[in-house]
Amino acid sequence: MNMSITVTVNGKRRVASVEPRLLLVHFLREQLRLTGTHIGCDTSQCGACTVLLDGRSAKSCTIFAVQADGSEITTIEGLSPDGELHPLQQGFWEEHGLQCGFCTPGMIMAAVTLLKDTPSPSERQIREGISGNLCRCTGYQHIVNAIQYAAEKR
Amino acid sequence: MPATPVLPKLIGERVKRREDPRLIRGRATYVDDIAIVGMQHIAFKRSDIAHGRITAIDTSAAERMDGVEAVYTGAQIAEFLAPMPIGTPFPSPEHRAVAVDTVRFAGEPVAVVVARDRYLARDAADAIVVSYDGLPAVVDVEKAMTGQPTVIHKDFANNLAVPLVPSGTGVSADGSSVDDSAIEQAFAKAEVVIKQRMVNQRLAPTTMEPRGVVAHFEPGKGTMTIWSSTQNPHILRTFIAALNGLGEDQVRAIAPEVGGGFGAKINIYAEEYVTAAISKRLGVPVKWTEDRSEAFVATTHGRDLIGYVELAAKRDGTVVGLKLRLVADIGAYNMLLTAAIPTLTMMMANATYDIPAIRCTLTEVFTNKTPTDAYRGAGRPEATYFVERAMDMLARELKMDPADLRRKNFIKPNQFPFATQTGAVYDSGDYEKALNRALEVAGWDRLKADRDAARAQGRLVGLGLAMYVEVCGIGPSASLPTGGWEHSQVTIERDGRISATTGASPHGQGNETTFAQMLADQFSVPFEHVTILHGDTAVVKQGIGTFGSRSQAVGGTALHLAGAKVKKKMAKFAAALLEAHEDDLVFENGSIAVKGSPASGKTFASVAAFAYRPVPLPEGLEPGLSEEAFFEPTNNTYPFGCHITMVEIDRQTGEPTLLKLVAVDDAGQLINPLIVEGQIHGGLAQGVGQALIEEVVYNDDGQLLTGSFMDYAIPRAIDFPRFELEATVTPTPVNPFGAKGVGEAGTLGSTPSVVSAVVDALSGFGVTHVDMMLRPEKLWRIINGGRS
Repeated sequence: MNMSITVTVNGKRRVASVEPRLLLVHFLREQLRLTGTHIGCDTSQCGACTVLLDGRSAKSCTIFAVQADGSEITTIEGLSPDGELHPLQQGFWEEHGLQCGFCTPGMIMAAVTLLKDTPSPSERQIREGISGNLCRCTGYQHIVNAIQYAAEKR
Repeated sequence: MPATPVLPKLIGERVKRREDPRLIRGRATYVDDIAIVGMQHIAFKRSDIAHGRITAIDTSAAERMDGVEAVYTGAQIAEFLAPMPIGTPFPSPEHRAVAVDTVRFAGEPVAVVVARDRYLARDAADAIVVSYDGLPAVVDVEKAMTGQPTVIHKDFANNLAVPLVPSGTGVSADGSSVDDSAIEQAFAKAEVVIKQRMVNQRLAPTTMEPRGVVAHFEPGKGTMTIWSSTQNPHILRTFIAALNGLGEDQVRAIAPEVGGGFGAKINIYAEEYVTAAISKRLGVPVKWTEDRSEAFVATTHGRDLIGYVELAAKRDGTVVGLKLRLVADIGAYNMLLTAAIPTLTMMMANATYDIPAIRCTLTEVFTNKTPTDAYRGAGRPEATYFVERAMDMLARELKMDPADLRRKNFIKPNQFPFATQTGAVYDSGDYEKALNRALEVAGWDRLKADRDAARAQGRLVGLGLAMYVEVCGIGPSASLPTGGWEHSQVTIERDGRISATTGASPHGQGNETTFAQMLADQFSVPFEHVTILHGDTAVVKQGIGTFGSRSQAVGGTALHLAGAKVKKKMAKFAAALLEAHEDDLVFENGSIAVKGSPASGKTFASVAAFAYRPVPLPEGLEPGLSEEAFFEPTNNTYPFGCHITMVEIDRQTGEPTLLKLVAVDDAGQLINPLIVEGQIHGGLAQGVGQALIEEVVYNDDGQLLTGSFMDYAIPRAIDFPRFELEATVTPTPVNPFGAKGVGEAGTLGSTPSVVSAVVDALSGFGVTHVDMMLRPEKLWRIINGGRS
């Protein structure tokens, strides 16, 4: 039996009818067609699905869409206005913080909260802060550099 | 003509990747992002036992579900889908995409559901009830090769997929004639022999994007479009066409954005064949997306090779002989390249040393596990690991500095091209230069002093050093069933912009950037005016794909050759316009002019426009500017390097921590050092991961115990210190750029370097070797004298 939810996604109010078991990540990807949020595992380890839920990083594969009812959600598509780049996006580009790009949206959305809580993080704090997000391509060093770049630019 | 700014040369520059804007904005399209109206979703029912006969499959509950379009058992699939082909010349048992009467690994597909959405498809697959008569699970590879506890494939006695292949000194190229005299004499005159059984454990490649397929057969046209997360869409096209009774002209294969490959997306998988065949049968678009739990059982694993290493030397450190007996656990079936991967270990057993006699033998064995195939490095990290660990043990035995032992045995720069004992011809190399640079960057003598000082305080600190040589740029057509060339077509468009295709289909390597750098320099046009097209067989007419670190060395060369052809033609059009001789023209800063008089020049765009409306048509020319090239390399390339690591082991917990990693890699000439460094970083992380935390583990029943990220550890950011990278440059003569390849290199030296560092740290406990992965418990037991 479907349930009705109202969420604000990237600044736009959305009313939808969803199965109670529908994961938030599938709601975003398949009903709203916001496919920038990725699915890399089914046990909440990889963080590819990270979005901002009421301003804080959350793994959208671990939340049912119905649990997000009434929430404000920001996905990678809504992180910066069209034509502009968020300092983290700029940092990932400048510092070669990505290769295949699959973990990148989640990594960036996790780093948003990291920098919110710790505006001038040490390298250790950055490495700890993104350890809920897995990347198989970069070996992380350039991701660390990208987050440092963003921390300095803000 | 308008003044043109001077264009910078881009080859060799750290150009930011042009792929990135779409990726960092979440605007890229991976396979699972594709939706087509009317698309159905596939879910697989998979075997939950490792070995058994299927006695019954009850699909009735699944079929009754509203929204389920179709359910197929393996037997029903077999009615319209032939067995899966392989790409190696070895004999192979029949392998059905969906098991027909026997399952041979946990996770093997046994039935398929097609349904309206992915949740429903999963529900329906879960509603299928399969009954089995269990058979003993074949798990231990060395028991398996004696036929115990049972035989998996009836025509393969003792589970031997490849009974015994010899190679090396005294073995003829086809392996039919074997002369033992040289290798036996070498061992007879040895003053010291290192003997060690080493396990290069099974790994899960683990791309962050799981696999996925969308197949769309259009009955009206009789054509198939297949999107797949693959490293090689052209090879996919060949096999999908063949198994669906279609011509290659009737199949369009597309690799959209691909979220990592690491060798695991070379193979053409059951799910690709099944999805395509079902789309053709139903005449509707069909999608399958792998979830992570499936990926651990359904995507090929890597490595899993036991090496019995014997290294013979004189007491002064001169290596006189090497014996390497290899036993490969290939899992339940041969996949596309499975059987060929361990042969690369034999090929690279010569390593960086001038060893007078080498003998390798290889046996490949079936077990009830997920099949193996390529994983980053594919056979070469295993070779490097066995030889470098043995060299480290020899250094320890002889009380020599591990660097000095290597130096004593290196193939010298004046020996290249160097024909190895194991059938390779190394193109170029200066191993001592890379070693010396690494020692210098690491501060080797100071590190040794630091280690000794730490030990004096009771800390368990160790140093490791490993050399490697890779085979890249794969690699003449004789070495691959698909051919080993690469293809490119370069087109100067009417407006003077350039579009170029490449068969080297990337999945994170940044070819759109590096190849655009090359063409921008070749034509002296702005980087922004060049577009690189890839990953779609309807656009890229021919190609092989991206694996074996071949994109630049083979694909880049094809691009350059196609560019040279079109440039020559364009010069003829410009010569007609300028009333000059084509040989007197230069392409410079967006114009084509007579050498020495740039003011006389025509803009690049105006010459392009003329080529498409050539009035009058210069004699001997056809209109247009589009040329293609196939590049067939004459040899592989052999990059090399040196990886140095320092580790500390917690005496209380046994936990190893990587304190330092220095990598000096020589990939020949570099097009984009930024991208090269990225490749090396990623490879190093995977190499260290193998040493310290990664291992696919099965229990005695053949159940996968490491089936999720909760049990299979891939490295996190917190696991590493900053890596220190340097390069030496030794160009290859094999291609015009002198570029060798770098995609896999990081995984080669790092792994044995870390293991040697851990052994060094534990040397006070009488340890000479520890098998990977180096979990804290294993090290804790060594520290505590084997106590539990």
